[in-house]
Amino acid sequence: MYEFNYHRPASLDEAKQILAANAEAKIIAGGMTLLPTMKLRLAQPSDLVDLSAIDGLDAISDAGSAIDIGAMARHADVAHSEVVRSAIPALADLADAIGDAQVRNRGTLGGSIANSDPAADYPAAILALNATIRTDQREIAADDYFLGMFETALADDELVVAVSFPKPKKAAYAKFHNPASRYAIVGVMVAETDSGIRVAVTGAGACAFRASDFEAALTESFSADALGSVSIDSDDLNSDLHASAGYRAHLVRVMAVRAVKALGG
Amino acid sequence: MQTKVSCTLNGEDVSADVDSRTLLVDMIREQLSLTGTHVGCDTSQCGACVVHVNGRSVKSCSMLALQAEGAEIITIEGVDSNGDLHPMQAAFREHHGLQCGFCTPGMIMSALDLVQQNPDPDDKEIREWLEGNLCRCTGYQNIVQAVKAGAKSMRAGGKEAE
Repeated sequence: MYEFNYHRPASLDEAKQILAANAEAKIIAGGMTLLPTMKLRLAQPSDLVDLSAIDGLDAISDAGSAIDIGAMARHADVAHSEVVRSAIPALADLADAIGDAQVRNRGTLGGSIANSDPAADYPAAILALNATIRTDQREIAADDYFLGMFETALADDELVVAVSFPKPKKAAYAKFHNPASRYAIVGVMVAETDSGIRVAVTGAGACAFRASDFEAALTESFSADALGSVSIDSDDLNSDLHASAGYRAHLVRVMAVRAVKALGG
Repeated sequence: MQTKVSCTLNGEDVSADVDSRTLLVDMIREQLSLTGTHVGCDTSQCGACVVHVNGRSVKSCSMLALQAEGAEIITIEGVDSNGDLHPMQAAFREHHGLQCGFCTPGMIMSALDLVQQNPDPDDKEIREWLEGNLCRCTGYQNIVQAVKAGAKSMRAGGKEAE
């Protein structure tokens, strides 16, 4: 690692002051991506601002029509939360299948979505459940949030504070995981929400995206059979030694079918 | 720049002067001289460095020493009682849950976190939980048996597993 200064502020205001004073500072949440990246010297922040000592940033609460989850909630917190499990079991299941147990004990919701790794699980839930990302400055709608590979709508000095997940009528997540590291080669969440059927895909493209043809087909008829005639264009999909773009396109439909079947369709 | 970190390690108050870049595992091994926690891959894959921080298993190669300020840390050296092996350690010995032994401290610390959440895990749950622990000797069969027996022994209050 390159040298850096470490800060553990006790308040959001203090964190923002440190960020404002240091242009090359980076926020560290669980550190499950940032620290390995720094160890490889692929990142060189001048300062690390650790959010773990700020009270309340890891809160999980039932807000009536939605579940609010703080940015510093660990994956294990979300997986084991009765509040989450009873209202959105698909979200608890998704969190419980991220990485391994030790990653789930450190990694956070806010860190995951601020990083926007193409193979991260949470982005599928953000889009499928039509979540709202609350930052220290504004609220960002799910559909406006993911812009590209490791790229989001967040400004350099903007902090994710919490995410509000509207309770769906039903939702399920199916993932084809990398057998060594458990990240999503392809993950698909299918949800029936107040804003209709939403199908979100992660792992396949530069960032998570919605599959509109799938949504239209399932709106017509919520059944696995309805997905028989739709497909996804592989032109813009990721291709690597684990899966070609064509194979990922195939997996998107297979995972969508599994999610729909899990919902009785 | 050196910064002082204070935490508890296996129940004792300890402190060390560390660089901001010092990893938790390096502070434990190099400065606090407890070498039961191993460094296998240093890339958060293998789990040889698993310790408990505030009651949860974490990979200590993926955490800065400075992030452990004020934390309660338990390592493999802290799980026995007065020199008697912890039931999980005894089960690993009894069931030959190790070959070279390099991964064993991490396996045991990970298994203890599993059992505190799920006192009676089945084989599938054990295998899924140990996703983050690699055994280079590939001796997983006996490790799974040992974890199961250790959990049973812990349920029985530490009596010898059958």
